[in-house]
Amino acid sequence: MPWQNNNDGGPWGDGPDSKPGKGDGDDKGPNEGTKPVRGDGPRSPWGDAPVRKPPASRSSGNRDFDDLLRRGQEKLRASMGGGGGGGSGGSSFDPFGGTSWIWIAGALVAAWIAFSSFYRVDAQERGVVLRFGRFVETTDPGLHFKLPFPIDTVLLRKVEQINSVDIGATEGSAENLMLTGDQNIINLAYAVRWKIKNPELYLFELAEPEQTVREVGESAMRAEISKATLNDAIGPQRAQIAEQVRERMQELLDSYRAGIEVRGVDIKQADPPAAVDDAFKDVSAAQQDAQQYLNQSRSYAQQLIASAQGSAAAFDAVYAQYRLAPEVTRKRMYLETMESVLSKVDKTVIEPGNVQTYLPLPEITKRARAADPTTAAANSTNASGN
Amino acid sequence: MILRNPIPIAVALFTLVVIAMATLYTVPETKQAVVLRLGKPERIVNAYDAKAAFGTSGAGLVAKVPFIENVIFVDKRVLDLDMEQQTVLSTDQLRLVVDAFARFRITDPLRMVQTVGTEANAADALKRILASKLRNELGKQPFAALLSPERGPLMDEIQQTVNRQAKQYGAEIIDVRIKRADLPSGTPLESAYLRMRSARQQEAATIRAQGLKQAQLVRAGADAQAANTYAASFGKDPEFYAFYRAMQAYRTTFSDSSSTVILSPNNEFLREFEGRRTNR
Repeated sequence: MPWQNNNDGGPWGDGPDSKPGKGDGDDKGPNEGTKPVRGDGPRSPWGDAPVRKPPASRSSGNRDFDDLLRRGQEKLRASMGGGGGGGSGGSSFDPFGGTSWIWIAGALVAAWIAFSSFYRVDAQERGVVLRFGRFVETTDPGLHFKLPFPIDTVLLRKVEQINSVDIGATEGSAENLMLTGDQNIINLAYAVRWKIKNPELYLFELAEPEQTVREVGESAMRAEISKATLNDAIGPQRAQIAEQVRERMQELLDSYRAGIEVRGVDIKQADPPAAVDDAFKDVSAAQQDAQQYLNQSRSYAQQLIASAQGSAAAFDAVYAQYRLAPEVTRKRMYLETMESVLSKVDKTVIEPGNVQTYLPLPEITKRARAADPTTAAANSTNASGN
Repeated sequence: MILRNPIPIAVALFTLVVIAMATLYTVPETKQAVVLRLGKPERIVNAYDAKAAFGTSGAGLVAKVPFIENVIFVDKRVLDLDMEQQTVLSTDQLRLVVDAFARFRITDPLRMVQTVGTEANAADALKRILASKLRNELGKQPFAALLSPERGPLMDEIQQTVNRQAKQYGAEIIDVRIKRADLPSGTPLESAYLRMRSARQQEAATIRAQGLKQAQLVRAGADAQAANTYAASFGKDPEFYAFYRAMQAYRTTFSDSSSTVILSPNNEFLREFEGRRTNR
């Protein structure tokens, strides 16, 4: 009792109260009921903290067992001996001190629950709720409630986001060569666009979804290219091939229940391999050459026809005039022509038959008039004149 | 008051937690759990069932007898079997490098655990089986068929055969695909390039020849049309045309002074030269 009173007077009501009891018991245990207790009592108000700690730090089995016993005794004492005012005071302080710990713990737990019981699903996402690993539900965008952390977990997957897998490189030396149906080789680079169609399937069905998309894409592309000829794959049927690849990929992924939707396959490059590129370029050069030949011949044709039409029109015009006065016109034309022609050239007039003629061709040009008489070759001009 | 002495409570809690941890375990949707009691297979939790919807197949928090039962997890998902490239010789003695892949799933986890232990071992075993099967089956095909083996029943047959063996490992082959089928580098690739190149050269030559031919046709057509135009016009009076054309020709041929013309007085042009027509 006396020490209990002391405790009541102590500045820290609750702490001291529980401690002295303990300290008491502790001392009693080892000392087997000897009574230096009083000596302990007076210094208890400040001394309890040090006294209280040792038992806590000592966690040997004996100690724990002793503690259990002590606690039982203490309880008895509190209910019986504490009937007086002092006793009641002690007990009223006691629960108050306990609750402060409970409150702190409770607040922590509440915060934990509050933080881990709600989750937000963004507009582009879906949330897959797992309860101890078991699938519970898939939730749409918005704020949702779940059981706190260790029980429920949420996996968020972006179902609206379109992912892209590039296969083959458009640049660099690494060529993605593929055999076409006509056993030629094509260099292909393409991209597969895909998104998550079903988050549960996506999460639970395939071990490596992205790897699967890539491999399925390669396989589907190879299968389609091996049906096409090189020229078709390079040129006109590109889009068609891409669409067929997309369909085939979707088919395969659905057969795996992959939960993936293939949005499209884009062929970024479909070229002959670099090793034969020059030969392919020569083909287009040949096409341009052929076009050039054709253009040249067309221009020749147009010139020729225009010139023919021009000559014909000129003749027609002259002929129309000639018809009006044939004799005179003919004469006039002949004389005018001869006049024009002979005015420019050297002329020699020879009486045929009287002279023995020969033609010194080298000298004929300038000295002709002074030189020897010449031949009757003049007849030729005559003939054409007629 | 209970809090008055936290140590025993902590001990009790700790014991409880240990027991709970030894008793309870979670099975995720992606795993199947084989429960062994002292090494003897007891049951399978969340076993693969194609028809079961997610959430109903037994995943979640599951209890076992503590300490004497232990759990082995086996993947439930479709797994990847990526094979190494291998060279296949076709019946027409052409070589092709084939890169295949397969998808498989452990459908009987217990058998898998008993025969090979882990998924990785199962994958290795399947890989070997599939590789030899592929080489054998593809080797019976001509080259052209190898390029698109999906066309025939070939791939299905391979899948079925391998599936029969895969069952021994508790696995199921879902799909076998050829990812790539390429010419081996070196001579086969070079000769393919050579063939492509010569084919292109031939094409280029053909295109040029065709162009020349077309050009020639156009020229000939133009010549014909011009001739037609001339004939239609000049044919009206051939005699006058000859005269008219000759006049033009004289003008152009004697256009410079380097020519010398020797004339006879009998010439038509010189008919008036002698004043009157007496001689003839």
